[in-house]
Amino acid sequence: MYKKILLAVDGSEHSLRATEEAIKIASLSKECQIDVILVAGYSKAKGEVLHASSKEELELKRKEKISPAINKINDTHIPYTMKIFHGEPGPAIVEFANNNSYDLLVIGSRGLNAFQEMVLGSVSHKVVKRANCPVMVVK
Amino acid sequence: MIETIKNEWFSNIRGDILSGIVVALALIPEAIAFSIIAGVDPMIGLYASFCIAVVISFVGGRPGMISAATGAMALLMLPLVRDHGLEYLLAATILTGVIQLILGVCKIAKLMKFIPRAVMIGFVNALAILIFLAQVPHFVGISTLTYIFVAITLLIVYIVPRFFRTIPAPLIAIILLTAVVIYGNIDLRTVGDLGEISKTLPVFLIPDIPFSLETFLIILPYSFALAIVGLLESLLTASIVDDMTDTESDKHRESRGQGISNIINGFFSGMAGCAMIGQSVINVKSGGRGRLSTFVAGAFLMFLIIVLGDLVVQIPMPVLVGIMIMVSIGTFDWSSFTYLVKAPKSDATVMLVTVIIVVATKDLSKGVIAGVILSAIFFVAKISKIKVTQLERKEKIVFQVSGQLFFASVESFVEAFDYKIKNQHIVIDFTDAPVWDDSAVSAIDKVVVKYRENNNKVNIEGLNESSRKMVDRLAVS
Repeated sequence: MYKKILLAVDGSEHSLRATEEAIKIASLSKECQIDVILVAGYSKAKGEVLHASSKEELELKRKEKISPAINKINDTHIPYTMKIFHGEPGPAIVEFANNNSYDLLVIGSRGLNAFQEMVLGSVSHKVVKRANCPVMVVK
Repeated sequence: MIETIKNEWFSNIRGDILSGIVVALALIPEAIAFSIIAGVDPMIGLYASFCIAVVISFVGGRPGMISAATGAMALLMLPLVRDHGLEYLLAATILTGVIQLILGVCKIAKLMKFIPRAVMIGFVNALAILIFLAQVPHFVGISTLTYIFVAITLLIVYIVPRFFRTIPAPLIAIILLTAVVIYGNIDLRTVGDLGEISKTLPVFLIPDIPFSLETFLIILPYSFALAIVGLLESLLTASIVDDMTDTESDKHRESRGQGISNIINGFFSGMAGCAMIGQSVINVKSGGRGRLSTFVAGAFLMFLIIVLGDLVVQIPMPVLVGIMIMVSIGTFDWSSFTYLVKAPKSDATVMLVTVIIVVATKDLSKGVIAGVILSAIFFVAKISKIKVTQLERKEKIVFQVSGQLFFASVESFVEAFDYKIKNQHIVIDFTDAPVWDDSAVSAIDKVVVKYRENNNKVNIEGLNESSRKMVDRLAVS
């Protein structure tokens, strides 16, 4: 069964549903671990720095995005790790997944609205195309 | 020492060289357009960008950050150039550097945290609006063809990056559309129509101005505003780069570095500049991390100036206008609209006032100063709110004070008590109210005296250590 699952979240409803699915799969096996990552997008850095009155507030805001997923996993007995880092969401998730050889990558279908997706492109689409491991897109 | 140099310069050679080249390409349109905003020959902006980038790569405090000629600075210098000419601008640039260097040595960066985010948000929004407004005379009411070329430029800069990112889209727009205009013999205003362009290498010159007190007093206000705005944008950009790269930077060194680079830049016929948010983000996104990326950006820009020199004059103005519209859209903080609704009313007001004052005065430094003063007033007003609650407890009347007791809150503190009480045992509880200054102690004294006049017994309770010391030193209790 799956032993190492990578769960990429962005704080949206979709990524919360992705978390639920990741938990379902992980609970099938005893040794399964979930690694939760949140990529803080480069393009958002300007706005985020501008709106945070300190570095600490910025870190807190980012943690708030990942914590709903962490809380859900915490309710189970599945071991997990958590990591927040910077990059372009799509390529950064792919690189992280490919460097750490996962059995499965779980990701929410889209947290962006139609217009944002037109301008920015779909993250999950990019990930499905380029990741070397099986990818589960949850909608 | 050698380890640091190695790490800051040569730990990411491939990434730094590639990203430096990308940034140099992206700098060209902006340097030209910002020169036009300032009312100077495009070469002045290009020289400045080369000079600042190269110097700051050695003396800056934030490796990987890009500094060059910027819109914020260009907007400030326009009146100086218009009224007194280029030589005064060069002198002002040198003086700007000197002021920044002094402020840097005095560790001005520490003061940055006192500038509220509402002011910073107002700053970038005002900057975006001014950059846009500066374009209006170059495209409104000139010709239908002008509008069409602005529109085509916008389409290129927004759509091309979806498919192709190796070369910055603005440069693609410039090359493509300039070629179309030249070979199609299309009649559009070009950069050359705005002034002469000299294609010489930057040389060391002492600005040709009378060295008198009068000259100094002409340039001083401009230099001061330039110094403040330059440091503000540079330190904001440094924080953004810190965040994007998950690293720290030396803000004091950066402040001094901005000063040094402007001094040298002024002597080499450049206009004052500072760090650029947009270009620094492009640099980090393209893989730039070290000092080498900034150096390559400057050096490669010089190479491009020499190669492309003659073409610069033929760039159609509508294309530059389109690119500047993109820059202003990118600079504007679009989440400000939600901010206006969600943030506290006082913060939203500060943000709006900052924007309005900048747009009205065309001076970013005035908006920042007004914003800081206004938010300081709001802050004092907010923390000077003091609440006194009256309770009855075991035949005693207890007044619970909550809030900060200091010069601004003493008036409402004194007025909050009911002085009709007679012949009672009164307790004033300061558990939730720190006492800050002599005005506060004097106010407590006043209240106590008033109650005693009516034959009440008064006790003061719950003072914390430092408050207790102040009250013991000065008052009756």
